[in-house]
Amino acid sequence: MSDKALLLDVVDLKVYFKIKNNKGLPWAPAATLKAVDGVSLKLYQGETLGVVGESGCGKSTFARAVIGLVPAEAGKVVWLGQDLTKLPHKELREKRKEIQMIFQDPLASLNPRMTVGDIIAEPLQTFYPKLSKAEVKQQVKEMMTKVGLLPNVINRYPHEFSGGQCQRIGIARALILKPKMIICDEPVSALDVSIQAQVVNLLKELQAEMGLSLIFIAHDLSVVKHISDRVLVMYLGNAVELGTSKALFDKPTHPYTKALMSAVPIPDPDLERNKTIDLLEGDLPSPISPPSGCVFRTRCPIATEQCAQLKPQLEGTSDHSVSCIHTAV
Amino acid sequence: MLDNKQNSEALSEFADKLEIEGRSLWQDARMRFMRNRAAMVSLGILVFITLLVAFGSHLSEFAFDDTDWGAMHHAPSIESGHYFGTDSLGRDMFVRTLLGGQISLLVGVMGAFVAVLIGTLYGATSGFLGGTVDRVMMRLLEILYGIPFMFFVILLVTFFGRNIFLVFVAIGAVSWLDMARIVRGQTLSLKNKEFIEAAEVCGVSKWKIITRHIVPNVLGIVAVYATLLVPQMILTESFLSFLGLGVQEPMTSWGALLQDGSQTMEIAIWQLLYPAAFMVVTLFSFNYVGDGLRDALDPKDR
Amino acid sequence: MSLLDVKDLRVEFSTPEGSVTAVNDLTFSLEAGQTLGIVGESGSGKSQTAFALMGLLAKNGIISGEALFNGQQVLNLPEQQLNAIRAEKISMIFQDPMTSLNPYMKVGEQLKEVLRLHKGMSNREAHVEAVRMLDAVKMPEAEKRMAMYPHEFSGGMRQRVMIAMALLCKPQLLIADEPTTALDVTVQAQIMTLLNELKSEFNTAIIMITHDLGVVAGICDKVLVMYAGRTMEYGSAKDVFYRPSHPYTEGLLKAIPRLDTEGEILPTIPGNPPNLLKLPQGCPFQERCHRVSDHCRQHTPELSTFGDQRQRACHDNFHLSGGQ
Repeated sequence: MSDKALLLDVVDLKVYFKIKNNKGLPWAPAATLKAVDGVSLKLYQGETLGVVGESGCGKSTFARAVIGLVPAEAGKVVWLGQDLTKLPHKELREKRKEIQMIFQDPLASLNPRMTVGDIIAEPLQTFYPKLSKAEVKQQVKEMMTKVGLLPNVINRYPHEFSGGQCQRIGIARALILKPKMIICDEPVSALDVSIQAQVVNLLKELQAEMGLSLIFIAHDLSVVKHISDRVLVMYLGNAVELGTSKALFDKPTHPYTKALMSAVPIPDPDLERNKTIDLLEGDLPSPISPPSGCVFRTRCPIATEQCAQLKPQLEGTSDHSVSCIHTAV
Repeated sequence: MLDNKQNSEALSEFADKLEIEGRSLWQDARMRFMRNRAAMVSLGILVFITLLVAFGSHLSEFAFDDTDWGAMHHAPSIESGHYFGTDSLGRDMFVRTLLGGQISLLVGVMGAFVAVLIGTLYGATSGFLGGTVDRVMMRLLEILYGIPFMFFVILLVTFFGRNIFLVFVAIGAVSWLDMARIVRGQTLSLKNKEFIEAAEVCGVSKWKIITRHIVPNVLGIVAVYATLLVPQMILTESFLSFLGLGVQEPMTSWGALLQDGSQTMEIAIWQLLYPAAFMVVTLFSFNYVGDGLRDALDPKDR
Repeated sequence: MSLLDVKDLRVEFSTPEGSVTAVNDLTFSLEAGQTLGIVGESGSGKSQTAFALMGLLAKNGIISGEALFNGQQVLNLPEQQLNAIRAEKISMIFQDPMTSLNPYMKVGEQLKEVLRLHKGMSNREAHVEAVRMLDAVKMPEAEKRMAMYPHEFSGGMRQRVMIAMALLCKPQLLIADEPTTALDVTVQAQIMTLLNELKSEFNTAIIMITHDLGVVAGICDKVLVMYAGRTMEYGSAKDVFYRPSHPYTEGLLKAIPRLDTEGEILPTIPGNPPNLLKLPQGCPFQERCHRVSDHCRQHTPELSTFGDQRQRACHDNFHLSGGQ
């Protein structure tokens, strides 16, 4: 992996939100929600990094902070040697040519009042306003063919398409600038099973063809396993385990990863009924006041008093690292 | 790869010949609106009244400020040419009602237009930018809300004299406030939609996001509110004219005509009846059209 | 006699664009204590089936056919009779529990209200019973939670409240419409474990409506696969999972990425979900089927019975022998 070019280096990224307390006085200090609390990772050219975790683990916020949609509180997002968090707004916008994003809700991510052609052409027209209409149309149609849409639907509106087709439109829009990296925020979780597979395969094909790097965010472990080279598991704004897909799924080490994996239902009656599930106790703690030390300790089956004192860091090899003081890879 | 390209070229050539036209949400809404009988009838009536008001005065031989010395307080009759009768000064009521309609509709439509224009941009900007800008803009709005409307009008009138233009200013200045609030609320909910984020990721500038992505999506509710705003404007103008703060003689509006008519109600009821009927029908129609638009633009809400 | 006998259930909606048949001649039966999974993608009519049984269809929906619950017809009942059946014999849980809980009422009050209305219990009795039921759905600190409002609960806890409420009157049939779709996997695992336990404890029959074949595998005895409002395949869970007899089922099972297998490219079902307004003549699945023949384009396949009480609607004879 390390022989490939390093694209993105995220160092100790933190994203905090200020939460206004409605009960208090207007000038009372706002509470801080630690959506992402110190996550580091590297992304290499042509690689797919899966980010998994349950709702509220900060995976979407993490992605939005990387692309600059939400401001980072601390840490660095180094893109090809340049720290994006320090860039002025104008230069950051220029970087959007290289970093693009695909969204979760296929229909909601498309402006209902614009035609498909206008939607896909928008990034092109923004960055290359001098392109003639015919050239833009030509490129849009090529891209539509590439993502498996018939070019003759260019004048149609999003509501005339099914979810899977809408997601293809979203993919076409993200690809038209020929970016180096695409952040996919749960791109298939709103789709039907039969359509999911189509979109996942399409992403894989396009990645191979265009040499893209993907950050693939999902709550569905099996999809992530299928598409990713490396996987990051997040819990309550923290990275709990990071490893190559093979290492992580063959030998899940963190108790949370284990619980997560055992909870995924298997479409096989015998296997599903006879497997043991590591059920997690209780609910996700509030990210406004996360537990001290290890954030997972309140639901962890092997937690000890030590866990409340020490905040574990990711430790291990470049292939597999885990953040737990009781387990090691 | 090359093969693929040739393929796609062939495909797109083929496709050029038969691009399928899409049906936009607006077209959908228009179809739903056309199916709404009450709204369509109302729209027809409105068109008819507008045309009549605009060109109908040619049907009469009298001018709006001509006094027919031989026919004061003349009851409506076909033979004399005073279809709607005359007022206390012998002026033809038919022509005056139409003239009043011109002024009233103009005030209504212009007032609504000004309110929509300012309100939409103000609300969308405030809602989209958020944060401190939003807070400042909203406080400003609240201050404007705090100024009593009548006081404001009387102030204008005392300083600048009575002038139809001032009525526009007064009504427009007040009515965009509601509009701005409505649009701001809509924008706030739109702002978190993924397509706005997507536009940001695509590098679209803030101003472009507001005009290209937010405004078209709030236009639906704006259109509904605007049609409901027109009758409100007409009413406000009538109210001002009724109090004698509106248009100046010999010009007139429906409100002014009502005021005159109410003075002579006991002896010449037609002077009140005709302008009142026109106004009521117009207001009714506008409200029905507004309701129809709302149903057409927001089918889930029915 | 079965607990529930559905025969030729048909649900049509009149829309401005034309009439849409959401459920097309659905027939199935359910024994007491059994669990039936209705599987399908969006637009397959699985949820409309449940709404029809519960009398919850939208106003422009027209139901025909027969659904006998303990021998009594439950379709098109007047509101009053329906209410009696709904609360005491059949109950339902939804994907989003928030839509069926009153946000301005304490959870305890909502539970007690059901008991007071349908069981005629006094406030004290109802309280005891409600706490007992919250305990049964593994709600920690049940007594304390009675005085909380729905928004103070997490998604999983809310779904537990819904299940508790649904089971209060000890219904014989529970219809669960995508009960875990909005939940995280670990929470889903909790809820499914709970449902499996309650199922044996209360001997409740369950109709589990879902798009997730993994969930079906974990709980269902029988499976009904729907596509475009029609039954594609019906049989025991093991038969359907291990020996699918319809190309659609086969495709669905292969298209799911699985944790326990490796694979580079996922086999897919080509094409898009069906548009109910423009269904093709013949088999509704023909455009996406890899076994399609000219015959399929002309004739809609009838549901045929074979093997061990299995049914399928396909002209192709593959897998009919039942081996894989």
